[in-house]
Amino acid sequence: MSMQIEDPRVVEFDVQTDEMLVNMGPQHPSTHGVLRLLLRTDGEIVHECTPHIGYLHRCAEKIGENLSAPQWVPYTDRMDYLAAMNMNLGFSLAVEKMVGMKVNEKVRHLRVLIAELGRIASHLVAMGTYGLDLGTFSPFLYAFREREIILDLFEEACGARLTCSYLTPGGATHDLPENIELPDGLAALTGMEPGGQYPFVDVIEIFLKHLEERIKEYHILLTRNAIFIKRTAGIGVLTPETAISYGCTGPVLRGSGVDYDLRRDGEDIYTRMYADYNYDVISAPFKDAPREAELGDNWCRFFVRMLEVVQAIRLVRQAIPNYLAAEGTHKESFKLNTKLPKDEVYLETECPRGQMGFYIVGDGNAEPFRARAKSSCFCNLSVSDILCEGVPLADVPAVVGSLDVVMGEIDR
Amino acid sequence: MNINEIHALLLEQFSESVVGTAIKEATDPWIEVAADSIVEVSTFVRDHEQLQFDHLNDLCGVDYLQPDPKKAKKFEHEPHIEVVYQLSSISLKHRLKLKVILPRWQNDQEGNLPICPSVSSVWGIANWHEREAYDLVGIQFDGHPNHRRILCPEDWEGHALRKDYDFPLEYHGVRGK
Repeated sequence: MSMQIEDPRVVEFDVQTDEMLVNMGPQHPSTHGVLRLLLRTDGEIVHECTPHIGYLHRCAEKIGENLSAPQWVPYTDRMDYLAAMNMNLGFSLAVEKMVGMKVNEKVRHLRVLIAELGRIASHLVAMGTYGLDLGTFSPFLYAFREREIILDLFEEACGARLTCSYLTPGGATHDLPENIELPDGLAALTGMEPGGQYPFVDVIEIFLKHLEERIKEYHILLTRNAIFIKRTAGIGVLTPETAISYGCTGPVLRGSGVDYDLRRDGEDIYTRMYADYNYDVISAPFKDAPREAELGDNWCRFFVRMLEVVQAIRLVRQAIPNYLAAEGTHKESFKLNTKLPKDEVYLETECPRGQMGFYIVGDGNAEPFRARAKSSCFCNLSVSDILCEGVPLADVPAVVGSLDVVMGEIDR
Repeated sequence: MNINEIHALLLEQFSESVVGTAIKEATDPWIEVAADSIVEVSTFVRDHEQLQFDHLNDLCGVDYLQPDPKKAKKFEHEPHIEVVYQLSSISLKHRLKLKVILPRWQNDQEGNLPICPSVSSVWGIANWHEREAYDLVGIQFDGHPNHRRILCPEDWEGHALRKDYDFPLEYHGVRGK
């Protein structure tokens, strides 16, 4: 960190104040975990923002070199712990690509169903915590109330709520349950009798119907809220050129107006999963955006996530009948000591936060020779210094929050 | 465009000593690029009309060394270090993998990190990826604007993803192992 005071980018003000170094984090609540931002400010204006990462580094890649592929799946959970299912899926597909395995139709539709539920849960957290960053508390509570139901469903499916390790190479650890007790939270929300037994897929449908109505409320509460628009629209503008050059992916890239989604544009092994599903890829600009919004600002990134929840609901609805009609078992054989070929593969999948990549090098042993996890948030965070240049200090949480980073994934 | 066509296109511009005589076969085939020319090749594939590799998906280092004597018999690689570039084009929707092969130590002198030119002037994200590759695999990136560790603390010793890395017994009074 350079401490020089002379700055070529002097902001013209009547009163020249002293420059000050402000340390934000690593335990600051609005840094979404343990991110440390070192800000060089002149009065209220941030001249330079230097992110310092690594506080959550747990040597996941080194550990991966000592474990076989199915054993490393739980470590992928702990990278992006808000979208564990999607992380499991990305790694499982990379391993399947490596050994040349083709999963059956039942696994395929089960994975779409689970991955899109995971996307909804992740985007709900993104929405709620972004509200918190901007100083409004209630959307957070609503978002977590709804997300709770998805976690209940995950718990019924695999026993874990957060670190699921559910989707593994070859399929999933268990099949979806047939009948489950209506989750208490869902019963309270819908006014249904608690304790009743319902088919698992019916519970999903009850929940989706409930969620659809709630999304309208979220839009009133946040998206169209005048204060929210003032805090987000036109602030933190990321041009498409910068977004591409800095490897931004997911809602951050699409919020900048680049129409790119790996579910449609990715490699065959991944796009095959979503073949004959109907959904729209959401990208800015939006016709119904508020007047103040610009392409690639905080508001656009937020709105992309909100609309992706609606698309994920569509996908889950299509996956349910497909899953019920599909033949086959929930898991093809993939042993704990299945040897990986002398080969190397790289595969990226569309996780809620962006494109998560796994690069696996095999040397004939069950343990990969090199297990590399390329994090989407890592790339998304790298533009924070560009976006924070020249914004008021109070807008730094608004800008960094709009990138929706999860430190577990950045530091691995 | 598939990788064979891309390689043919590269051969029109660069010599065989730069981009190799043929692609390297694997599930994801790759093109090996001479370390000295990686910046020119990167700029070319980014700016060429038919290639447009504007997106650097990943850049990482791999240490090819098998210290375990039991596994070493079946290990087919000479000790070396690879820098792997995963590229894709947003507009043309194709992918490419480039590799730069480096010695494990520069001039075979242990402790001298191998040197690779930095592509951070070509793709912005390479800045952080190269810092990580330096931090964990121990590759020196020449021309990097901010050549410092990124995940480990700045006074950390060694590079953890090297295969012969010894875990420290102690760090600032914190006991390891």
